[in-house]
Amino acid sequence: MAVLLEANELMSIRGERMLFSDLQLSVHAGEIWQIVGPNGAGKSSLLRILAGLLTPQAGSVAFQQNPIAEDRETFYQNLLFIGHKAGVKAELTAIENLEFYAAVQGVELHEPPYEILAKVGLVGLEDIPAQGLSAGQQRRIALARLWLTQAPLWILDEPFTALDVEGIALLHTRFAEHLSAGGAIVLTSHQELITELYQVKALTLRYQH
Amino acid sequence: MLTANKGSTFKVFKQLVKRDIRVASRQRSDLLNPLIFLIIVVTLFPLGVGPGPDILGRIAPGVIWVSALLSSMLGLERLFRDDFRDGALEQMLLLPVAVEISVLAKILVHWLLTALPVLIITPLLALLMNLPLQAWGTLWLTLFLGTPVLSAAGAIGVALTVSLNKGGALLSLLLLPLLIPLLIFATAAVEAAVAGVSPAGPLALIGAFMVLCITLAPFAVKAGLRVSVN
Repeated sequence: MAVLLEANELMSIRGERMLFSDLQLSVHAGEIWQIVGPNGAGKSSLLRILAGLLTPQAGSVAFQQNPIAEDRETFYQNLLFIGHKAGVKAELTAIENLEFYAAVQGVELHEPPYEILAKVGLVGLEDIPAQGLSAGQQRRIALARLWLTQAPLWILDEPFTALDVEGIALLHTRFAEHLSAGGAIVLTSHQELITELYQVKALTLRYQH
Repeated sequence: MLTANKGSTFKVFKQLVKRDIRVASRQRSDLLNPLIFLIIVVTLFPLGVGPGPDILGRIAPGVIWVSALLSSMLGLERLFRDDFRDGALEQMLLLPVAVEISVLAKILVHWLLTALPVLIITPLLALLMNLPLQAWGTLWLTLFLGTPVLSAAGAIGVALTVSLNKGGALLSLLLLPLLIPLLIFATAAVEAAVAGVSPAGPLALIGAFMVLCITLAPFAVKAGLRVSVN
């Protein structure tokens, strides 16, 4: 399968501490990678480097063989990044939030995405500004973007946080769909991904003193 | 194989403007406070200095402009602060358009929401300060040309300080000295109009500041935001 994202000899230093060096990662279409490691090992930093939000001290990241800094437009059309801050505007309703993200990512919506809201269990709450919802429900608004997007590459920082059992199962199903459609996922999670739907590849970061 | 659609730059710009106006329309107190502050500060002068029309008329350009500068500092932080906290700023940096375009959208919305109301109440301020009638138009023009400078230069300051906990005070310390030339030329223009001389020279300079700030600020803001989201 084709290589979607490739990281070469990445090094990251935060403050005075080296998080990792000489890190190699190739993400192929159809693969899901879980970055594992203790708190402070640099999992989020790695994801942010892969997404181009953080510049590594050394090394490079390429999307389909093109360095991401060179062709940012193509890269960001093909990337969905959800960080631990979800990017949901508290003053807007779930529908308004989703419509915004659909429009800026070039996804045509012919009607409000009620179907997707139903899928993520937000029916009946679509007219309430997000600030009136619980943490888990706000998280669900952000994750509803997974059903709206056409981007092949997903980078997700702790997607299971604040979700209930049902929500976690729902995500696993969506991940499996995405992988079989030729997509790829890089994520961090403190829980082990126990599922029979797909095979998880793991990259372990150690805490370096 | 999945492929993504191409969204046009203009569409993204429009969506950002639309979303920001919608968000602002649901937190109106944030917008009203700087405006009320401006009106109150300007009203304090006749009470403090005394209502003699000669003195008031003479200090009017300076008072109105200094008050406008201070009140703009109040509302400036909301340009990126909320977006930084909820992660919308990160998402903005990940949009498939040049970051400068998104920044320009933020600056435009900020100008529409903060400067436009000031332009509307300018005649009231001029009246309160007993500014001679022949200078009202010039005062309005200096504000019209100068407020985009406040929004654009302010965006640079906010981009640099948004990740700091107590960025507010630092922001004013950073920005106010930079805005001194604007203040000098704006008050010079209004004083020229009061004296019956053509204010074209200082007005042209403010216009030049504005063009310079609007074209260059997005690049500086982008660099500032990259540092802040790290």
